[in-house]
Amino acid sequence: MRFAELSALWRHPEFRRGARDISGVTLGISAWGLVTGVAMVKSGLSVPLALLMSFVVFAGSAQLAALPLLASGAPMWVLWATAFCVNLRFIIFSVQWRAYFGQLPRARRLCMVYFAADLNYVSFVQRFPDPKPAPEQEPYFWGGVAATWLMWQVPSVIGIVLANEVPTSWGLGFAGVLALLGLAYSLLHDRSSYVTGVVAGCAAVAAYALPLRMNILVAIAAAVAVGLMMAQRDRAAA
Amino acid sequence: MTGDWTTALAIIGMGVITALTRGFFLISDREMPMPGWLKEGLRYAPLAALMAVIAPEVVMTDGHLIDTWRDARLFAVAAGSAYFFWRRGILGTIVVGTAVMLSLRIGLGW
Repeated sequence: MRFAELSALWRHPEFRRGARDISGVTLGISAWGLVTGVAMVKSGLSVPLALLMSFVVFAGSAQLAALPLLASGAPMWVLWATAFCVNLRFIIFSVQWRAYFGQLPRARRLCMVYFAADLNYVSFVQRFPDPKPAPEQEPYFWGGVAATWLMWQVPSVIGIVLANEVPTSWGLGFAGVLALLGLAYSLLHDRSSYVTGVVAGCAAVAAYALPLRMNILVAIAAAVAVGLMMAQRDRAAA
Repeated sequence: MTGDWTTALAIIGMGVITALTRGFFLISDREMPMPGWLKEGLRYAPLAALMAVIAPEVVMTDGHLIDTWRDARLFAVAAGSAYFFWRRGILGTIVVGTAVMLSLRIGLGW
């Protein structure tokens, strides 16, 4: 994108609107960014690696889920499989993004959605409930995404830098687990989600002795199997 | 995992996974229909992955189930959970749970 184009995007009133629509939840984003920054260093990542993770991965729940695995020396493929599963919801969102941005050049649309966090998806779909492309969508999108990026990265870097000032014995890294817990609770919406969540938790503890942290993959497989079985039974009953 | 370079590679791979999942259905120029089994299975996997990471972090120490109730983590999770189901906020869940955690750890040494 050339500078003139970039500047037009930035001055567009929808850019500001996109940023403003996110501002209601920035306190939450920032607090979570701070917690993630502290948790990364407290779980044993060096400051440069924590910065790399913050800027490259840019997906809070996947980052937090990866920390215990990195600390326990799990193999890379288990780490990646876990990050992939935590991120699966983005694949669903990408179906929707396609309706708005599908006709843009590939490199451009892929670059755009790389920055799209959950909250950006929510606010964008509220602003444009009709899934059709429109010229004001790009500035709106970039406004929301830029605001989210800043409100996440600045506290995350502060957390990374200040983490070493906090004694490890306080167990502040556990705030990351609490953040994941809140996120998991927000995914509970019907009976089958409660059941599959409990199944996954129990299976992960029961299978903990497996090597290579494979207990996580066992837990996901068990939960998906139970979920599909419950859906099958509901269909049979209906 | 050994060494900083291995960890750096693992982190960069996670960045690729972020890009891949967020852009999944935008990679192809042609419209791809989403198969039904995929949609169905995708519903359960994210919650399962999160729970599978969380549960051992709460109830296990060094690979064993904890055998005492005097563990600050249990009370932090109970307090955070109570807050979540009362107010439905992730931020409050973190704040309340961490406050309980810190007071038990620093105050009682649990």
